[in-house]
Amino acid sequence: MNWLTGPLLAVENLTMRFGGLVAVNAFSFSVGRGDITALIGPNGAGKTTVFNCVTGFYKPTEGRLALARDGVATQEDIAAVTRSSGRHAMTSDGELFLLERMPDHEIAHKARVARTFQNIRLFQGMTTLENLLVAHHNALMRASGLTVLGLIGAPSYRRKEAECIDRAKYWLDKIGLMDRADDPAGELPYGAQRRLEIARAMCTDPVLLCLDEPAAGLNPRESAELNTLLRSIRADHKTSVLLIEHDMSVVMQISDHVVVLDYGVKIADGTPTEVRSDPKVIAAYLGVEDEEEVEQIEKELEQ
Amino acid sequence: MSAPSQTSEIAVPAATAAQFVPALRNAAAAGLVAFGLCFPIISYHAESNINNELVLIGRWPLSFGVAAIIFAFVFLRQMARADWRIWFDRVGSIAAGGMGGALVQAAREGEGTATPSAARAAFGRYIGPFMLGLVILFPLIALGLLGPSGSLKWINNYGVQILIYVMLGWGLNIVVGLAGLLDLGYVAFYAVGAYSYALLSTTFGLSFWICLPLAGVLAAMWGVILGFPVLRLRGDYLAIVTLAFGEIIRQVLINWVDLTNGYAGISGIPHVSFFGIPFTDDDDGFAAIFHLPYTPIYRSIFLFYLILALALLTNFVTIRLRRLPIGRAWEALREDEIACRSLGINTTTTKLTAFALGAMFGGFAGSFFAVRQGFVSPESFTFIESATILAIVVLGGMGSQLGVAIAAAVMIGVPELMRELDWMKRIFGEDFDPTQYRLLLFGAAMVIMMIWKPRGLVSTRMPSIFLKERKAVSGDLVKEGHG
Repeated sequence: MNWLTGPLLAVENLTMRFGGLVAVNAFSFSVGRGDITALIGPNGAGKTTVFNCVTGFYKPTEGRLALARDGVATQEDIAAVTRSSGRHAMTSDGELFLLERMPDHEIAHKARVARTFQNIRLFQGMTTLENLLVAHHNALMRASGLTVLGLIGAPSYRRKEAECIDRAKYWLDKIGLMDRADDPAGELPYGAQRRLEIARAMCTDPVLLCLDEPAAGLNPRESAELNTLLRSIRADHKTSVLLIEHDMSVVMQISDHVVVLDYGVKIADGTPTEVRSDPKVIAAYLGVEDEEEVEQIEKELEQ
Repeated sequence: MSAPSQTSEIAVPAATAAQFVPALRNAAAAGLVAFGLCFPIISYHAESNINNELVLIGRWPLSFGVAAIIFAFVFLRQMARADWRIWFDRVGSIAAGGMGGALVQAAREGEGTATPSAARAAFGRYIGPFMLGLVILFPLIALGLLGPSGSLKWINNYGVQILIYVMLGWGLNIVVGLAGLLDLGYVAFYAVGAYSYALLSTTFGLSFWICLPLAGVLAAMWGVILGFPVLRLRGDYLAIVTLAFGEIIRQVLINWVDLTNGYAGISGIPHVSFFGIPFTDDDDGFAAIFHLPYTPIYRSIFLFYLILALALLTNFVTIRLRRLPIGRAWEALREDEIACRSLGINTTTTKLTAFALGAMFGGFAGSFFAVRQGFVSPESFTFIESATILAIVVLGGMGSQLGVAIAAAVMIGVPELMRELDWMKRIFGEDFDPTQYRLLLFGAAMVIMMIWKPRGLVSTRMPSIFLKERKAVSGDLVKEGHG
């Protein structure tokens, strides 16, 4: 119940309208620190829209997305930042960010929220290693003294670069792509591209990793490997994970917390076991239209 | 040339009769197309008669003749056996586009079979330094072989001219090749640089070495000014806005007569001096001080090494930047802008630095142009210049430094060389004027180039960093500078 006691990200009343279409309607949920949270729902439920709002690619029409990067933020802290005109504030427990006020690259850089994409977005013409180094951009940029120190080859920059290469090597080893470090990312097999995209996002050193359908197109063995990778990310790197997934084997096995979205409205929120037996969820997934039928299913479940 | 590619895959039918009708149809179509193309080019010839009036002379038989030859050629090719067709294609491509066409054919046959041998790898490694050495020694070789008066043309018209475009190509390569922002108005920054030097030196009497960095800074500033409004644009839209920006700068230069003297341009710009020693015939001139006989060649040689140094500076900075985070961010931006933002890269500043740096090198080149010519006018900065520089970058292979240098030499050197085709008169008779055909041949060469190597001369990308082995990335994977 991490998400109730110590939420990392608290989404309140998130609404996103595209013209007349309400893609997400007054949606509230929390992501617990150190949890793997799954956001599930039928196609077109608005899951990716929620993701795009969290990572700043969309500006939500309404709503507040408060991310307590370093520690627990109280309601008073959040209210105080909201009243101020700023994007973030120092609280007693560390930095607190209001994501809806920030541009996408600052969310990644300052609030440290990383993401992957439903259709893989690697830098295809760059090698696997280069892809991971681009993710170290901000750290390296600072070390290169905004390019000036790097241009003259300052030792401090070289040290930092070697450090980043070591980190990249660590991730290459972890996703089993060490042998393909110098191959272009576009030539990797599909499953490896998925893993590389996760590793690239992890190289930005995020507190929250958002994965948009990480298991799409993977075979059962690759799915199992993905589970191991995500568990290790949570355990070894203290990174919380928010994922959209259709593959229930992934969702039920690894998540601590499942949120179900249908037609832009939250229909269930709880542990995997709770959600699995929720009649509304079953109805949404099976496409039941009548309330009566829902009751029927409820009865069947009780028996 | 139109028919072969369509039909080469068709299996040879057993019966000749079944072949006959489609062959006839294809040949008739090719003949018609040929006749249609001949009509505006060949059918009428404008000549002046004794009274100096322009009269049209019909050359219909020639048009029909060309169409008939093409009809016969396509027909025979289609009727021929499959293994003979390749010879038809070779003859056809040679007739249509010179030797390059045969190269196309050869390249097609060899496609996929060639593996990079050790010799080729060694060639790749040493070609750059070798060519650099050759360029450094070029003025001395030319001077030694041809003497002061004979070598002037080679050093000035070829050497300096090509190197200016090499530098401009390398500068634009940052914007188009690395950052993938299609810029059709690059000449604007060249103009800003040239006018900066022209105005600063004539008005305030500043020396070239002070004006050079100032011109770079001013051009970079204009790069940022252009960059801001076009940040959200990509691809074709970006190209159109940059094109318009190039024209705006030129129109300002034409119409702001008080400052720029309009069409008349600015003349009397101080010529380059050898660190204070002028290249004149006087007693305190360069020749007199170094006890050399006076010739204008020394100034050209100095200009040659000056532009070479500037170009190499551009090259050095670009190569270093590619290995720094900013360079990787440019290339990542070219590959996928959305992914860049998801990794916390500020795409605004990344794009603006690319525009500013590209513009700065354009400004350096412009200021060199002004000091070399001693005269600037808006006519030197038309759209065709932007197009030429972009063509150099595209032809060279976007992002490749060596490719851009070779492409500049070809694009600028070959049209100049074609002025020297007088020997062709011996073949085609005294009426034949080869200079009239030079742009036609040049266009044909470019078309062939794009068929043979659509991704430019150097169509692979070298990774900026590697763990075990630096392997070239195939151009098919690398995104083009669509903006």
